[in-house]
Amino acid sequence: MSQDNKYFDLNRRQFLKTSAIGALVLGTYFVGSAPRAFAGVLEQPSELAKRANLFIALRPDGMVEITCHRSEMGQQIRTAIAQIVADEMEAAWDKVIVIQGKGDPKYGDQNTDGSRSIRYNMQRLREMGASVRYMMQHAAAKYWKVEPQTCTANQHVVTHSSGKSLTYKDLIDLALTITPPEADKLTLKTRKEWRYINTGMAHIDLADLVTGKAIFAADVREPQALVAIIERPPVVGGVIKSFDASATKAINGVIDVIEIPAPKGAPQFQPKGGIAIIAKNTWAAWQGRKALKVVWDDGKNGDYNSEEFKKSLLQTVQTPQANIRDKGDAMGVLAKSSNKLVADYYAPHLAQAPMEPPCATAMYNKDSVDIWAATQNPQADMKTVAAMLGMDESKINVHVTMLGGGFGRKSKPDFSAEAAYLSMKVGKPIRVQWTREDDIQHGFYHAVSAQHIEASLDKNGAIESYLHRTAFSPITSTFSEGATTPGSFELRLGFTDNPINTPNMKLENGDAQAKVRIGWMRSVSNIFHAFAIQSFIGEAAHKAGRDQKDYLLDTIGPSRIVDVTEQNATYDNYGGDKAVYPLDIGRLRHVIEKVADMSKWGRELPKGRGLGIAAHRSFLTYVATVVEVEVSDAGDLKVIKSWVAIDAGTVVNTDTVKNQTQGGSIYGITTAISDGITFDKGRVQQSNFHDYRVPRMSDSPLEIEVEIVQSDAPPAGVGEPSTPVYAPALCNAIFAACGKRIRQLPIGDQLKA
Amino acid sequence: MITLTINGNKHEFSGDPSTPVLWYLRDELNLTGPKFGCGMAQCGACTVHIDGVAQRSCVLPVAAVAGLSITTIEGLSEQGDHPVQQAWVEHKVPQCGFCQCGQMMQAASLLAANPNPTDDEIVSNMSGNICRCGTYPRIHKAIKSAAKTIAGVQYFDPNEQGEEV
Repeated sequence: MSQDNKYFDLNRRQFLKTSAIGALVLGTYFVGSAPRAFAGVLEQPSELAKRANLFIALRPDGMVEITCHRSEMGQQIRTAIAQIVADEMEAAWDKVIVIQGKGDPKYGDQNTDGSRSIRYNMQRLREMGASVRYMMQHAAAKYWKVEPQTCTANQHVVTHSSGKSLTYKDLIDLALTITPPEADKLTLKTRKEWRYINTGMAHIDLADLVTGKAIFAADVREPQALVAIIERPPVVGGVIKSFDASATKAINGVIDVIEIPAPKGAPQFQPKGGIAIIAKNTWAAWQGRKALKVVWDDGKNGDYNSEEFKKSLLQTVQTPQANIRDKGDAMGVLAKSSNKLVADYYAPHLAQAPMEPPCATAMYNKDSVDIWAATQNPQADMKTVAAMLGMDESKINVHVTMLGGGFGRKSKPDFSAEAAYLSMKVGKPIRVQWTREDDIQHGFYHAVSAQHIEASLDKNGAIESYLHRTAFSPITSTFSEGATTPGSFELRLGFTDNPINTPNMKLENGDAQAKVRIGWMRSVSNIFHAFAIQSFIGEAAHKAGRDQKDYLLDTIGPSRIVDVTEQNATYDNYGGDKAVYPLDIGRLRHVIEKVADMSKWGRELPKGRGLGIAAHRSFLTYVATVVEVEVSDAGDLKVIKSWVAIDAGTVVNTDTVKNQTQGGSIYGITTAISDGITFDKGRVQQSNFHDYRVPRMSDSPLEIEVEIVQSDAPPAGVGEPSTPVYAPALCNAIFAACGKRIRQLPIGDQLKA
Repeated sequence: MITLTINGNKHEFSGDPSTPVLWYLRDELNLTGPKFGCGMAQCGACTVHIDGVAQRSCVLPVAAVAGLSITTIEGLSEQGDHPVQQAWVEHKVPQCGFCQCGQMMQAASLLAANPNPTDDEIVSNMSGNICRCGTYPRIHKAIKSAAKTIAGVQYFDPNEQGEEV
């Protein structure tokens, strides 16, 4: 491959092997529970070196290569990882190069979703950086025969108290003789000493992104590669009855037509099957597919109609369902109440629709496969490809390109498996290019959902009893054939852990079928749960005749730590230790109060304008959003401005957090205004951006003010938490502007009626 | 045989004349700055300039640009320092960056025709370009900055950190 090697680690090992003197290479390995940095020379790999994941390489020329093992999809993780390591090791920023790590279990988890890259890695990256600083400091002390405490590392240079200095480059050989201490004995920098972490420094790929040089999946150039465009069964589980490829084969540039086998059992990340058109270039493949005639056997999912399914979901939530969380006597109090609010909410399937449609290039070489893919989870590509090709996972080399957005779609590497399978069949490198129609019609969709909420209000309007039922097509069905019950990992996304402070609460979940592939989309079921809960609180505020913001604060109650497991709920807190990442109502109150200040909540507004507020904790981060809208007499909606307060604990790049929070908010507009994905006869009825509308600049506020709560708390999620609050804040604002309450998404023409 | 100029260089195209310009640029010339996002002129990721005016290359057949001059992001400036590119850096606009080449080509075309656009003119000119990361507020600000630079009112020093927005 003739790629600029900074995006791939292909050439790195080779470089290190051929360097005349040893480079210092550092990684971590895990012995028992204590991680420890490991330094060594790659020319003589010890057993430990083989086990270590190599994160830092100080090259003989003094440049530092830092490996990013998480996928870059716009969240600037490549920059954030470099900021953390370079800060702790006192590297000069202009000597830092980021290498994109291949898929390799040695790195630990590489699944870039769940807003957890920083949460999972910050500590060990700091420890590795600090280990290098320790080695440099002690190497210099050894050279000068002085006490290490008299030597200070600063920006690639170690200086002795006498004023003499040595560069990191000078110290490489000597540093290799220094063994850094175990992680718990390392001295990490104090927050005041940070020079890169917690700043808004520009991201390292910026220059490449504004000149068109960044390499996304479809930009990987392998001279011998052929292009494949695939006709897939329109219905999940459908198979080919017959096909006629004679017109396809007559098209100039079409080389072959190859069947991809139908998946077996649960969908998992298997390709859907279908017929691939292999051609010399994309246009020939495109034309070839158009000319193909296929008769499909739709199978058992050919009866899926989303309008009918909506009715059945809304029916499900009218009757008692499986208990999820129970406190006091919710049903008894509701039965006796004379002041009740009852509301049903509905939200449709959605497609993630990243700007870059799925794409992968694969090169099969008998006993190994190389894949270049826009993947959020290269280890899933390894597993999926290995299973499909009957090869060992260790033979699947997955090179991660830049991703043109991910939003959860690219955690499901069916496209890599298609490319690998076709390369094996054709014997040449294959680039599988998904079209937008493929992306919209063959995705892993955000779950369709219905919810029923009832509350009784006491004489002051406070919620004295609360019942919430949710039913949605579960992600579990993608992994377990026919599953109808969601996993607790889906219910914990904004449902199980609602912050409502009431003496009586009952949460229930009803089963729902999935007749399509269900997958996660940015913030997952938080989207519809926060929509229902925060809309309902807005409705209750109105019923009680209270200000929305004051009522929201009263409804979540005083600052305190809530442990929902004490109310008979199963709750894993996003995998975060509840002692370290408790559900802290004080932090939720704080972002609400902050965003109210930012937006000058309570100010007078002209007719037709309204402010709405919503707050939600997800991915261990607290977000409150205020939206200002204008609704014209004709029912035209305009989003004027938004304000967001976010408490994500410690943040690495303040500008990235703002950009992600602005973008996550606009992604939230998708959940409110997008047409949704609908099905008839098992087929998706939308196909491209003309009928699956996503927010454009004209739908977006031109100003989204973001304030980050300065916090010493451990780092939490950033990529997703601003999304779920947006739709309810928007719908509460619409109600304030024109008195119309949106309970069913998308908003569509409901304001026109 | 179709002759055309791409980023200042003469090219001859002998393939299927119905081939969209985008696939000629990407598949044959390895100019991968213009991106494929939709294939039906709905998203703007493929935007290039035809004789200086922004157009969607994914639906434009090569036959339609015979004798014309195409500019891609690779040819927008020699050093990557067109005022629009500078403004994109100043405001740290990109997230994933996939749509941004198209956004910048659209913005450069807008400013060439209308060096001092109003807020609404920016919105109406840019609403054909989708960004799923949601960088619209920054794109809008960056275009206003670029307009100032072009008007000579204010210069951005690339050595200075841009203001956070």
